[in-house]
Amino acid sequence: MTSPLEQKKIKIAGPSVVTANRTWDGIVVYRTAAKGWSPDLSEAAIVRNSDEAKALLAEAVADDVGAVGAYIAPVQIGEDGRIEPGNLREQIRSTGVTIGQPAQV
Amino acid sequence: MYAYDEIDRTLVNERVSEFRDQVKRRLSGELTEDEFKMLRLQNGVYLQLHAYMFRVAIPYGTLASRQLRQLAHVARKYDRGYGHFTTRQNIQFNWIKLAELPDALADLAEVGIHAMQTSGNNMRNVTSDQWAGVAPGEIEDPRIWSELIRQHTTLHPEFSFLPRKFKIAITASDHDRAAIKIHDIGLRLIKNEKGETGFEVLVGGGLGRTPFIAKTIKHFVHGRDILSYIEAILRVYNQYGRRDNIYKARIKILVHELGIEKFSREVEEEWQHIRNSSLQIDDEVIEDIRARFSYPAYEKLPHMPDELRQAAADPDFEAWRKNSVAPHKVQGYSIVTISLKPVGGPPGDATAEQMDALADLADKYSFGEIRVGHEQNLALPHVAKRDLPALWKALDRLGLATPNVNLITDIIACPGLDYCSLANARSIPIAQELTRRFANHELANLIGRLHINISGCINACGHHHVGHIGILGVEKNGEEVYQITIGGRADENAALGNLIGPGVKFDEVADVVEDIVEAYLALRERPEELFMDTVKRLGVEPFKERVYATR
Ligand code: HEM
Ligand code: SF4
Repeated sequence: MTSPLEQKKIKIAGPSVVTANRTWDGIVVYRTAAKGWSPDLSEAAIVRNSDEAKALLAEAVADDVGAVGAYIAPVQIGEDGRIEPGNLREQIRSTGVTIGQPAQV
Repeated sequence: MYAYDEIDRTLVNERVSEFRDQVKRRLSGELTEDEFKMLRLQNGVYLQLHAYMFRVAIPYGTLASRQLRQLAHVARKYDRGYGHFTTRQNIQFNWIKLAELPDALADLAEVGIHAMQTSGNNMRNVTSDQWAGVAPGEIEDPRIWSELIRQHTTLHPEFSFLPRKFKIAITASDHDRAAIKIHDIGLRLIKNEKGETGFEVLVGGGLGRTPFIAKTIKHFVHGRDILSYIEAILRVYNQYGRRDNIYKARIKILVHELGIEKFSREVEEEWQHIRNSSLQIDDEVIEDIRARFSYPAYEKLPHMPDELRQAAADPDFEAWRKNSVAPHKVQGYSIVTISLKPVGGPPGDATAEQMDALADLADKYSFGEIRVGHEQNLALPHVAKRDLPALWKALDRLGLATPNVNLITDIIACPGLDYCSLANARSIPIAQELTRRFANHELANLIGRLHINISGCINACGHHHVGHIGILGVEKNGEEVYQITIGGRADENAALGNLIGPGVKFDEVADVVEDIVEAYLALRERPEELFMDTVKRLGVEPFKERVYATR
């Protein structure tokens, strides 16, 4: 895969985060303001314009050992300041499958 | 059962230690993801939404009980306690950690299971009829030939860097359970007038963005020439195949663009150069492979044992028997399909406990053998009829006796947006809702044979094009929308379904399917007229009217 930085022009429509899968176990993680990764969306660094998004993504992509496949994903910020995933795909990545898993049934 | 030889075992073990080293280098940062991706794909490891996904091959769908136990062990130890059986005789684990993958591979290698040829642009796991070797009327066990092709193409340089992935399926029965017409190459085992074994060769089938039903390229290729003939096809493909455009790279596109006549002429010419080469197969090679397949020591048993006669009084048993139990080539035995489609459950999933218990039941009732079919169900291939009632009770306790094989709730569905990073829409919840809607067994039985296939994107892993009712999830303005087709089928009369009209929303899909089914029940001329026959007789129109009249 070519780097997402070269792939397309970065333009964001609203508050966004950078997300990826953690390299050693594959779980969903978010880039934090502390230049690390967290599985918790509430700890994600929020970017609000394209330059910020580009910078956060560049920094995230450079950490290829930490996480793979980094990209920018939309979020919504609730009135109480809570960060919510911006679409169904990100919802599923954040909170898990929408179906019961057989081993739990 | 097939006994792998030393070469195979060495190869599998070498691959495990190679991969262990590669993973170590990846985790230390010595390899970047770009460098590593190819390597992981060669070992069946994808990256999905929530985790890595690990795909393991079950060659021609035959598993020994100890192998199934090991799959259960991997599900339990490295995953979340379950696995997903796919339409290509693979099993997928959805939650595997990269750091633990080498251990999982090593555990599987102990029982001769590997993940080679499960991803990448190479020759994929050669699939076959899940009833191979036991189906009545079968000409010959097709797995012998699947195995021959598997051996020849595994890691063969010419088949490892193809323009795109390449899939072969083989059947040896009149009724095609291996869906050969939707494969890159489909082989139908037949005999010529002299009684010699050979194949009708079909080419260029496939689903995905541009679906095609395979066409016959040659009516009879002698068994001894089959490798050279396949190689000739692959050479023509390698020479012309579009590497520049991933959407056009499959052989189906080439066959379509060149036309089957020109394509077959090219293949014929290529074949004449190589058919008398070392690719010609000696009888001993086939006999050697044949000898490695062992068949159970069947007993001489009555056609209708007392146990079966008595159990017939129980309507629940009968409901299950009618749909799950099929005739066997040996008198007194049956082939039992195990439905992995419980009401409300994700199609094709089995828990570690179910796999373990099924392995025990296979030991007790099926000479230690289990089969995996493309409909995402399992089968016990050699069950004595007298054992059917006891087996049924045991399966029922495990939640594996849903009496819905081949009925409307026996749904094929891909993982969709719940797991898959390529998905546009969810598949599994649609399947779950449909199994609840049609949970009433009387109703499902009244409807009769009806296959619903669901894919979460155009890649068509859920075979939606060839579902009697096909459901394709797409995305429209950030919303899940489903396109519905009817009239597809994947058997010997394979056909692509036709769209009935505009897409419908997630919440409406089950209602629309209900409408289609109600229309069918009203339109069919007699109860034996299957959904497919009604669609064939009347076309899409009456169904379309019914569905969209109120929408
Ligand atoms: C979840 C991870 C999966 C990914 C990323 C994936 C990806 C793909 C892609 C990209 C294609 C299209 C390839 C092409 O047309 O060249 C494809 C085709 C296919 N997949 Fe999957 N797949 C996944 C899971 C599955 C599952 C679970 C099944 C079985 C239920 C499956 C069965 C198939 C089949 C049968 C095809 C061939 C369709 C054809 O003839 O074109 N896949 N897959
Ligand atoms: S059809 Fe699409 S959504 Fe479904 S598994 Fe295949 S790639 Fe994923």
